Amino acid sequence: MIDLHGYGPRLLEGAGVTLSLALLSLLVAILLGLLTATAKMSRSWVAHRTATLYTTIIRGVPDLVLMMLLFFGGQIGVNIFTDWLYYQFDIDIFININEFVAGVVTIGLIFGAYMGETFRGAFMAVEHGQIEAGKAYGMSNALVFRRIRFPQMMRHALPGLSNNWMVLLKTTALVSVIGLSDMVRIAAEASKATREPFTFMITVALIYLLIASASEWFFARLQKRYDIGYGEAD
Amino acid sequence: MDALMTQLEALLADNSIFTLQTLSYYTEGLTVTVQLVFLSLLIGLVLAVPLAIGRSSKRGWIKWPIFAYTYVFRGTPLLIQLYLIYYGVVFVDGIQETWLWVILEDPFMPALIAFTLNTAAYTTEIFRGAIKSTPKGEIEAARAYGMSTNLMLRRVVLPSAFRRALPAYGNEVIFMLHASAIASVVTIMDLTGAARFVYARFYAPFEAFLFVAAIYLCLTFAILYFFRYLEKKLLAHLQPMS
Repeated sequence: MIDLHGYGPRLLEGAGVTLSLALLSLLVAILLGLLTATAKMSRSWVAHRTATLYTTIIRGVPDLVLMMLLFFGGQIGVNIFTDWLYYQFDIDIFININEFVAGVVTIGLIFGAYMGETFRGAFMAVEHGQIEAGKAYGMSNALVFRRIRFPQMMRHALPGLSNNWMVLLKTTALVSVIGLSDMVRIAAEASKATREPFTFMITVALIYLLIASASEWFFARLQKRYDIGYGEAD
Repeated sequence: MDALMTQLEALLADNSIFTLQTLSYYTEGLTVTVQLVFLSLLIGLVLAVPLAIGRSSKRGWIKWPIFAYTYVFRGTPLLIQLYLIYYGVVFVDGIQETWLWVILEDPFMPALIAFTLNTAAYTTEIFRGAIKSTPKGEIEAARAYGMSTNLMLRRVVLPSAFRRALPAYGNEVIFMLHASAIASVVTIMDLTGAARFVYARFYAPFEAFLFVAAIYLCLTFAILYFFRYLEKKLLAHLQPMS
């Protein structure tokens, strides 16, 4: 077995951080993605332009640069805001940006743009007649969304969604650079302390592969579920 | 040129962060980023073609090792691959006495190796998909002409596969440009490295990172338009009629 020099529990803790960070960011990204997709399909010129600007900029700049901008800049931005609150309204608060929250928000913001594109394509693939049928039954817009558009959209969105999730999972490794103790950072620390980089890096790589394979299996099952009512592709 | 420089100097005179000095960091960083991305893409492309052919082979002992390679490199973060090579290479026994050390001592080389292996893995899968989708009729026609497998690959399969792979490869190029930002983590002064330096020196995150983000955005658009132009040229037969 691999000798982890007592770093095993911390590495496992780090894996927990990575996984919870990834899952929470995924949630933020999905919500933002739905919002972006709706904005992109809306008839409002402002909503459409804003969403396009958001996806274009996010997808044109490296993740790490965005992360540093939001993480290092975020604190200064918040400080400026709280100072302003103090001088204007005499409200004295101090907000300290938590690394974990910053990580979740940043990764969610980045992948919200990618999810937006995925969802937009998937929403457009849902037949219009389905929506009309729902309306004809007297369903409200929200009910049409929940019962008709969302489940059918998911069938088309799942391949893209699973792809985005895999990239997102790997992107979480970058938070180690801005100081979050995920498993990559702990492995890097352990490598330096024990002078055995291969042991720790390969262990972490294996954990990533494990999560990736598990997700593949999970998404395959989910796809099967959302494919109910549709025949096999060939 | 001199006139331009004096103009630039006048423009920057009352700016405490963007002086000629810091701008020169950014230009040097730009050179490093472009070198790193261009070289890794080029070598990765050269490696990916034979690997993709092997990956499409029917023989298991050729196909599976290549699959394992692409699976591992696509399934783990690039940062881990970079760390593994950057920190790991020191511990290879006796490497510090050989001529290799002269090259590997500079962090540029481990980064180039990690990026190359990573992009080669992604490109292999892109090409494999393109090779797999070659219409059967084309292969049958080539066989009917009595072409050997090599000749068929060279004249029929690869030229059309390259064209089909073009849009996906364009994405990979942009992905690589963005991924190269992590080179700054192993002390390379690339574009992001320059931005981190300026941030640390002036404690000015917005100026430092927004400026570099704008440069990356321009580079991304340049690549995007270049590939759109290529697609227009090479995939003209697939465009809609009107």
